Amino acid sequence: MILSLRELTVERAGRALIDRLDLNVEAGQVVGVVGPNGSGKSTALRCVYRALRPSSGAVLLDGTDLTSLRLRESARSIAALAQDGQIDLDFTVEEVVGLGRAPHVRGNRALDARERELCRRAMARMDVTHLADRSVLTLSGGERQRVLVARALVQEPRVLVLDEPTNHLDVRHQVELLTFLRESGLTVLAALHDLNLAAAACDRIAVLKAGTLVATGAPAEVLTPELIRKVFGIEVTIVAHPRTGALQLLYDLDGGTRS
Amino acid sequence: MARDSTSFSAAVLPSASAGRRRLTGPLLALAAVLVSSVLAGIALGPTVVPVEDVVRYLVAALTGGGIGAEEVTGYSIVWEVRTPRVLLAAVVGAGLSVVGVAVQALVRNALADPFVLGISSGASVGATAVVVFGVFAGLGVYALSVAAFLGALGATVLVYLAARGSLGLTPLRLVLTGVALAYGFQALMSVLVFLSPNGQAARTVLFWLLGSLGSATWQSLPVVTAGVLVTVVVLLRHGRSLDVLSMGDESAAGMGVDAAVVRRGLFLLTALATGLIVAVSGAIAFVGLVLPHMVRIVVGSGHRRVLAVAPLAGAVFMVWVDLLARTLVAPEELPLGALTALVGVPVFIMLIRRRGYLFGGR
Repeated sequence: MILSLRELTVERAGRALIDRLDLNVEAGQVVGVVGPNGSGKSTALRCVYRALRPSSGAVLLDGTDLTSLRLRESARSIAALAQDGQIDLDFTVEEVVGLGRAPHVRGNRALDARERELCRRAMARMDVTHLADRSVLTLSGGERQRVLVARALVQEPRVLVLDEPTNHLDVRHQVELLTFLRESGLTVLAALHDLNLAAAACDRIAVLKAGTLVATGAPAEVLTPELIRKVFGIEVTIVAHPRTGALQLLYDLDGGTRS
Repeated sequence: MARDSTSFSAAVLPSASAGRRRLTGPLLALAAVLVSSVLAGIALGPTVVPVEDVVRYLVAALTGGGIGAEEVTGYSIVWEVRTPRVLLAAVVGAGLSVVGVAVQALVRNALADPFVLGISSGASVGATAVVVFGVFAGLGVYALSVAAFLGALGATVLVYLAARGSLGLTPLRLVLTGVALAYGFQALMSVLVFLSPNGQAARTVLFWLLGSLGSATWQSLPVVTAGVLVTVVVLLRHGRSLDVLSMGDESAAGMGVDAAVVRRGLFLLTALATGLIVAVSGAIAFVGLVLPHMVRIVVGSGHRRVLAVAPLAGAVFMVWVDLLARTLVAPEELPLGALTALVGVPVFIMLIRRRGYLFGGR
């Protein structure tokens, strides 16, 4: 097991945003975190990429408590796509992607040939090569999102933490991104809103509600009409994809909370 | 990702853009421009000294060589009056430019300048106290500088304590606290001037507020020069961290940069540098706000590039503006702060219209 959340708790102003969360992520697995707005998905992820310090409990990487590592050290193993995609300055796409090397290079050393090659491949992978010289401030939301994923890949992490990576992406790029995550061999922990995509892409799904872990397991075990009703308060019909057999959730606009 | 090499094709990749070429050449050129600007600044003035004489006097002063008796006046203009002043202009221009770059990264705001954190207003209170009450009279000519620096330090401590929260120094809180305290300091200064018995105080304070290099001497150079050099070197070394910081605090954490730590260090560094600069030159407006943008428009936003170019560009700019300030209406002197804006605004507008320039988007 590579990544492990142990009784992870974050309190703000006396209220627990996440409460004693336990979650294990095996090497090479894609684990999705789902749950309604405000259920603590982002908070948990922030503790993993260390934008937030847990109030108690710990995040372990290969058994080592992250707080015992320097931020730079853990960033060499764990890369993140955070939610604050706002960039202040007029950087080019190429420059932003290159910044992914920040935890690896000392001071102001320029990137070497291998690292530049790494950037090119990441940009090609995320289909942003044609934007290389564009200012990031001129990109659409989806384009910027792909640039930020490319930057995270350039970090050469073992664990990729993605907070709603499909945000702003068109359907094709959503499918491509999740397909890539499945095939990459990386260990992935991703907060996802689209339950169908989560079911298709994830080895395991963790369901959060009001800061606590409600269920965890393979998509077919976890995503049941009962659980969806309990957590999200809506009715769903679950069918198998006619061709792939993957789980499909069908929403019923009249049959949900309004019935 | 690394396994998949088929999707990568060298043929379709553009080379580094024209705006991101190597900087060595332009930097050397800019350094040469700075040296000639300094020589021009020393040669020109109400009395024009030929450049060959300037060079000869400088060499004589530095090597202890001799000059003719009839040249003593020219020598003393060059060596005792103009050289320290022009050098101070270069140092102050360089300092304000890099501090501007750093403060804009620190508070993540395009409108920030070295004075936005209230530090110069604190310095102004110190300077006003000297002019109005004659505090530190025992320090003679240094009283103004020392009081201004102490005022800046006091303001720094106040802003830091007031802006500090559970999440460290957050950008918006810093700006708001700085601006609010600046109003407070300015009010204090107005009261001091209002209560002062003679009108000369108001005039002196006003001139100091607009900035001036008129009091430059060799003695005023070493401390501020050292301060600016240290600031430039430290900031350059952390160029990549500054880039990462402008990706947002959370993203920065994911890239191994602790935004709170970087921000605290930046705040202290820029506050000290601003205090040192303001103490010798007053609050020269505009340079620290606009020079960073001008440099970014030309070389891009990467901080390593910006921080390499900004000090040289700022120094050149300030040397020429100071030359104008003391020659346009000689023997009177125009306030520097007014001229920096008068010269800089048209240049800035031209640049911003010529190149699509965005800061913080939209």
